[in-house]
Parts: sequence; structure tokens; C-alpha cells
Amino acid sequence: MLDAIFFYAFALLAVAGAVLTVTRRNAVHSAIWLIVSLLGVAGLFLLAQAEFLFAVQIVLYVGGVMLLFLMVIMLVNLDRAKQERQFSQQWPAALALAAVAGFGLTVVFRKAGAVLPPMASPAEQGNTQWLSEVMFRQYLLPFELASVVLLVAMVGAVLMARKKAGT
Amino acid sequence: MITSTHYLVLGGLLALIGTLGVLTRRNVVVILMSIELILNAANLNLVAFARELNQIQGQVFAVFVIAIAVAEASVGLGILIALFRNKETVDAGEIDLLKW
Repeated sequence: MLDAIFFYAFALLAVAGAVLTVTRRNAVHSAIWLIVSLLGVAGLFLLAQAEFLFAVQIVLYVGGVMLLFLMVIMLVNLDRAKQERQFSQQWPAALALAAVAGFGLTVVFRKAGAVLPPMASPAEQGNTQWLSEVMFRQYLLPFELASVVLLVAMVGAVLMARKKAGT
Repeated sequence: MITSTHYLVLGGLLALIGTLGVLTRRNVVVILMSIELILNAANLNLVAFARELNQIQGQVFAVFVIAIAVAEASVGLGILIALFRNKETVDAGEIDLLKW
């Protein structure tokens, strides 16, 4: 019962934040509402007993990525962007596409709804310990590859954003 | 009783909202934020299945998805800054250097 209350509260937070992110005119407001949505998803991670992901979501997304977004929003010129039209001319087509996708998802969920069992009981091991053991044994190579990807992204971001010196 | 179907429906809903944002908004910053929304919806599904099957692999993959999302955001914003320096706009409709 308490589970359901928390689930719906966090789900409402996530969906409302997402809708407002997409519809707000001011990009700073969009970013703030995206933070609300990400916090809602973080709460859902906690409910699904993914404690490590909960912490990662808060520290990395809400703390790191959103800070990056806000810095860039302040770097680029917002006053002009606010006065322009916010939505592209193809929005009816996009809406139709989303409606079709939503209909397809509804059909699938109606079929699958009865099949999926309620969630299993939690493991005895701590979440972070269990995750690290699997990650560093079974998925060591993908882990190292992810670090290479992050290094390349860091170098790429610096290369893209720096001022051209001497040219 | 909250089942994983609840999580899947919510994930689908968030992904749809994010897709709408990517398709309809003109501000590139907001488009990048919508992509983050979609990736978050994917994470939600992975975590829900990890819980249902009582396996941790789904959460491990969610960590990888977050790593890739961070890389995507940083490179995308870097490109955006370079673009703004050259074209003085964040409107996706005006960025048409590769269009005939």
C-alpha cells in the first residue's frame, strides 16, 4: 500500500516534470523541470531497490549533467531564442507519430499486463556490493570500454568548445 | 500492488514525451534535454526488469546507459557551443549547413 503511494507520487513527479520540460518556453525553466523529472525517476530507482543507481542518478545527473546544461544555457544567447517560435512546423506529424507509438505500446501492455508477475523479493546481499561484483567480473571489458568512451567524449567536448587559437 | 508493468507503462510514457520533445522543439538545448528523458525511460525499464527477474545485470546496463548519456550530453553541448560561436543561433531550423 505504502509502496503504491510512493510509486504514484514519484511517477507523477517524473511525468509532470517531463511534460513541463518539453513545453516550457524558457530553457532555464525546462532545465529546472528536467531536474524534477530526474529526481522522480531517482525515487523510482530507490523503490525498485536500485540504491546504487539512485545515488548515481542524483550525483551524476542532477548534480553533474544538469549543471553542464545550465552553464551552456547561460553561455548561449537566450533572449533571442525566447522570442522565436518554440515548436517546429512539423508538430502535427510528430504528434501523430507519438499517438501511433502510444497506441502500439497500449496494445502491447494490454497483452503483456497479465503475464508479468509481481516483483521478486530483494536479494540478501547489498545492492552496491552485488552490482560491483557482477560489473567487475562479468562485465569488466564493457566497463573498460565505457571509460574509453568517456575519455574520448571528454577530449571531444574540449576540442569542440575551445576557441580556435591562432587561426 | 505495484508490478513491473507499472514501471514499463511509465517508461513508455516518459519515452513518448521525450520523443515529442525531440521532434517538435526548435531550441537545441531542449532537444538535448529531451534525449536525456528518453535515456532515463530506458533506464527505468532496465531497473524494473532487474527487480522482476531478481538479477543485477539490468542495473549494470543502466550504469552503462548513464555513462553513454553523459558522454552524449557533453559532446552535444560542446558542438552546440561551437555552433553558437559560428552561427549565433540555437534554433535547429536555422542549422542547415548540410542541406543542399
